[in-house]
Amino acid sequence: MASDKTDLINLENAGVRRDNRWLVRGIDLRIRKGEIVTIIGPNGAGKSTTAKLAVGTIRANEGRVQRQAGLRVGYVPQKLHIDPALPMRVDRLLDLTAKVSPDEKKQALEAVGASHLATAFVQDLSGGEFQRILLARAMVRRPNLLVLDEPVQGVDFASEAMLYNLIQQIRDTTGCGVLMISHDLHIVMADTDTVLCLNGHICCSGSPDSVVSNPEYLRLFGAPDTAALAVYRHDHDHIHLPDGTVQHADGSISDSCHPDKHEHNHDRHNHDGHNHDGHNHDGHDHV
Amino acid sequence: MGIITMGIITMGMIMFDDFFIRALFAGIGLAVIVGPLGCLIIWRKMAFFGDTLAHAALLGIALAILADVSSLIAVPFVTLAICIAIMVAKRTPSLSSDTILAILAHSTLALGLVLVSVTGGRNVDVNGLLFGDILSVDTTDLLVIYAGGGAILAIIVWQWRRLVAATLSPEIAEAEGLSPQRTEWLFMVLIALVVSIAVKLVGVLLITALMIIPAAAARRLVTSPEMMAVLASILGVIGVIAGLYGSAEFDTPSGPSIIVAGALLLLGLTFVPRRLSVANDSPAPYNHHNEAGHDPK
Repeated sequence: MASDKTDLINLENAGVRRDNRWLVRGIDLRIRKGEIVTIIGPNGAGKSTTAKLAVGTIRANEGRVQRQAGLRVGYVPQKLHIDPALPMRVDRLLDLTAKVSPDEKKQALEAVGASHLATAFVQDLSGGEFQRILLARAMVRRPNLLVLDEPVQGVDFASEAMLYNLIQQIRDTTGCGVLMISHDLHIVMADTDTVLCLNGHICCSGSPDSVVSNPEYLRLFGAPDTAALAVYRHDHDHIHLPDGTVQHADGSISDSCHPDKHEHNHDRHNHDGHNHDGHNHDGHDHV
Repeated sequence: MGIITMGIITMGMIMFDDFFIRALFAGIGLAVIVGPLGCLIIWRKMAFFGDTLAHAALLGIALAILADVSSLIAVPFVTLAICIAIMVAKRTPSLSSDTILAILAHSTLALGLVLVSVTGGRNVDVNGLLFGDILSVDTTDLLVIYAGGGAILAIIVWQWRRLVAATLSPEIAEAEGLSPQRTEWLFMVLIALVVSIAVKLVGVLLITALMIIPAAAARRLVTSPEMMAVLASILGVIGVIAGLYGSAEFDTPSGPSIIVAGALLLLGLTFVPRRLSVANDSPAPYNHHNEAGHDPK
């Protein structure tokens, strides 16, 4: 992997060892400006270790770690408990790690749709509100690299979609790189450029489409029927068949472009039924 | 010019001639320093840590008597050594940090009392060691409090953002390059130094109370960490003044009187209606969160 000026992070064959045990090993990870990289993997796979390695809070015991000079990181933690004894309002939280002007705070809160929460106490926010505030806090620093550790955990579906949209918007407007950690193996954000499937080492990596069909991924996370990497997909990861049905990257066929898992199974069921009726799905000549 | 300076100095000397005035100024200086530190202790749930260092300070005093050195050197030496011992012991996962602190706190206190009895015999005022003797403060003590304490306060102000960030989320602080580990060390060292200064004034058993009561009293009246730190200092000063005048009036021991005054202040402020206390421009989220039934976490 040759590095160039747009590289924010470049890990080559990096590994971290603790107590004579490798937490992660053989990590190749490259994040360029404006690129979204998602790390997925089961618990204990070394996702956070890899992120820390990338950010530079831990050192590699082997391999090479390159970081762009003056890299500014904005970090969104997985969860954050704030002691009730600590009086903390949203607008104060925004300059937690660096001084920020009132204008910048205002803009950041507007961007995440939370202007009305500026003087609210953080302990009073709902899960979804708090995640948006944490995102605003990270972006107000104008980071070159936004790092998010399971940003949608414990957040309802609508907030989740909104958060993903926000992350995408931040990337689009600021051109920062994004490193996202997800333990939800089935959901990878739209516009993810690279997925890194991790289990102590890199099982597989590449575009979401290539990863989902990779035998290593399937071995680790199950066959596509039980673990479809499906919800947040690009339009071009499926093919419209002449009979109006849609063939997805994992080979399944359904009636619509964006089936969720439930629909997907439902379609399968119908499809099987068709076969019993003597129809088969390539009999599109009746169209 | 020279005459005026001389005049001020003379006035000062006359003023500080009075043991009560010296005690008052010593207490006020200390209260101002411990305000922000007390807040940090509360936020970090480290009251027991402060207590451990305070107990260890007694060992420092005993060693000072034993080795015939100034307690200004021996006490910080011991408290800083205990800081390091705590950090090292924390890496031994077989005992919880709670247990480690309890062991260190009480064995240093016990060892200190044993050493004091061996060396000083009956000449040492054990009561004064345990509960302080603020009325015996001399001008050197005042100098230490205002010069040393001023330096500590300056460091706190300078490092404030990092201290708060490391308290709120070491994870964020670390990822964004603030090295919270280093900040935690700094915090522990500051506590050790303040304890060393405070031990003579309020004694090893009351230092923690002096640090956390004003901070706790300030909590309900403020909306930001900075406000809480400043108000804790102010309430601490009020407690010191009320406690000292109270002790003179009722002929009670000065150290405990200061703590009692602080505790009464805390109790009184607890009954201030919330509407009058925490800024009432706080918007909807209270209602909002009740309606939505979210877990505020």
